[in-house]
Amino acid sequence: MTPPRERCHARTRKGDRCRNPAGPDGLCALHRRQLAQAAPDPAPDPAPEPAPDRFAPFLEWAEEAVEFLGRRLLGEYEVDEFGHDPDLVEHVLAPLLRPLYRHWWRVETRGLEHVPDSGPALVVGNHAGTLPFDALMVAVALLDEHPAHRSLRMLAADLAFDLPVVAPLARKAGNTLACAEDATRLLEAGELVGVWPEGYKGLGKPYRERYQLQRFGRGGFVEIALRTGAPIVPVAVVGSEEIYPMLANLRRVARLLGFPYFPVTPTFPALGPLGAIPLPSKWLIEFCPPIDTASLGPEAAMDPMTLFDLTDQVRDTIQQTVHRNLLARRSVFG
Amino acid sequence: MGRRVLVTGAARSTGRRLVGALAEEPEVELVVAVDEQEPAEPFPDKVERLVVDLRSPALVRTVQSAGIDTCAHLGVTAEPRAAGGRVSMKERNVLGTMQLLAAAYHAPDLRRLVLKSTTAVYGATAADPAVWTESMPHETPRHGFGKDAIEVEDYARSFERRRPDVAVTVLRLANQVGPNVDNPLTRYFELPVCPTVLGFDPRLQFLHEEDTAEVLLRTILGPAPDGTFNVAGDGVVLLSQAIRIAGKPALPIPEPLVNQVAEVVGRTVDFSPEQVRFLQYGRVADTSAAAEQLGFLPKWTSLHAFEDFAATRLRKLVTEEQVLRLEREVMSLLRQATTWLARELPR
Repeated sequence: MTPPRERCHARTRKGDRCRNPAGPDGLCALHRRQLAQAAPDPAPDPAPEPAPDRFAPFLEWAEEAVEFLGRRLLGEYEVDEFGHDPDLVEHVLAPLLRPLYRHWWRVETRGLEHVPDSGPALVVGNHAGTLPFDALMVAVALLDEHPAHRSLRMLAADLAFDLPVVAPLARKAGNTLACAEDATRLLEAGELVGVWPEGYKGLGKPYRERYQLQRFGRGGFVEIALRTGAPIVPVAVVGSEEIYPMLANLRRVARLLGFPYFPVTPTFPALGPLGAIPLPSKWLIEFCPPIDTASLGPEAAMDPMTLFDLTDQVRDTIQQTVHRNLLARRSVFG
Repeated sequence: MGRRVLVTGAARSTGRRLVGALAEEPEVELVVAVDEQEPAEPFPDKVERLVVDLRSPALVRTVQSAGIDTCAHLGVTAEPRAAGGRVSMKERNVLGTMQLLAAAYHAPDLRRLVLKSTTAVYGATAADPAVWTESMPHETPRHGFGKDAIEVEDYARSFERRRPDVAVTVLRLANQVGPNVDNPLTRYFELPVCPTVLGFDPRLQFLHEEDTAEVLLRTILGPAPDGTFNVAGDGVVLLSQAIRIAGKPALPIPEPLVNQVAEVVGRTVDFSPEQVRFLQYGRVADTSAAAEQLGFLPKWTSLHAFEDFAATRLRKLVTEEQVLRLEREVMSLLRQATTWLARELPR
């Protein structure tokens, strides 16, 4: 019988745990060689030329990229039971979204202190903009700007898990199906869970109804928060309504394709794929003070009145914050 | 008096291993190994072999007269071609179980029934919860092995009602891998290229063959409570990851063509349609009930179990050494290039 393979004990250049499988000496092939090279000959090169420091950052980046590709090629990375792949998020998904966050929409984030550094919490936000970029931007804000760099585990519609290419990415980014079982499981594991209760009603609403929050589902998220005792952190996003101003909804086309709506914006489908470029509106994300649920106790989840009240409280908080921040914004693209 | 155990499906790799392990236990007095087929290696002495179909009257006589106290039903198969076609597979799985349980109903000494089932009972769709627990309501798979397994589980449960003195333990096992396992999924990974559904990367769980034997042995001999338990190695492995660990190239097939390809590939690996959906949507089961109530903690994680299978059974086309060498070569090339640039470019 062979025992399960150990992981390498060494640390990578960045200080992360090495993910390569270890040999009998507890090191992977790569680190064994590195350490062996470092030890016996302390002055390997007689420094033939001054180190190319101009290129040092590039070389460091390249080394990390090459190591990452090697890990992917060998399958040497780990995902959790939901399929969350932090290695891929760190090296591919977040770098793709970051330019949108920083330069395209120039997102300003406030109130991050309301999101706990550890332990469960349910982040509840408004949903708009045809494609769920608002959810992605909230996730980037929490990953990049929150002091604890928290991963937001979002609850998504089952369509997201049935579309080729989108389905595995949604899972690898840490999302899962919007159902009570998954949400409860994540919160019980101490994760930060994101939910957008307006769903398609919010995402696919026409431009003239911008910033008017839709019905908050049936308040299932409040029930889960109460049962697990996780605090609710409302988050208000301003700016997402203008990225794809939806002038009309081609219901028949949508039905034909199996989508919840088919948007017509000033640029889509008129400009074809170019029309899929979102408009560079100015964004503001504000996390509101958390609403405590633990003090109400899990039995409060049985009381429909409490559920309605809490749902309304969360919705009103978001709506008011959205209005306040809209007034403060100089212009749509300001 | 020692334990007298009857094992069905005894000639296949899991059954053969279990029978061998049972025969080594001093408290086991008799093992009856039921299978029509010849085992890969002969059974030890303590084992009485019964070369019959589950539907045969000889089985009924043995169950009733040999003083059997435990019946381990491992005879449900997921391989239509090996069973002689889908119809015949269903016959064996479902009617065989009915016959076995009908015989067991009249077995006076029977105290325990252990059913080897599968996590395939949960099916595989996009709208599934990420992690299945035993009590979650699930859509009934409409065909194939999953449907058979559900029907077999239902018969086991109705047997439990009719014979309350018999403890019925249903083990829903994840896909098994290991140096000696031969099933449709291991044959899939042994293909020169692994066809996948384009744009999907399901989460899979694996159970090492040693853990399979261990959990069965423990349930048969230990103080196992009745109930239904998921059994799988810890953690999950993505299909893409498994294919890379296997060192094989993946061949992504667009969804509309999947069924045609599956038909062709299915002939070699003996795939049924619901296994194709499994390779599209995947499936993960929660194993905490088995840990808490059966006290069973698998020794191998899903990843390690698969790595062991890949290391012992597969010839990798892409090896670790090759990738590490490539990494070094790319880096040294880049270093040379930047050194050259640094020297040649004006400050």
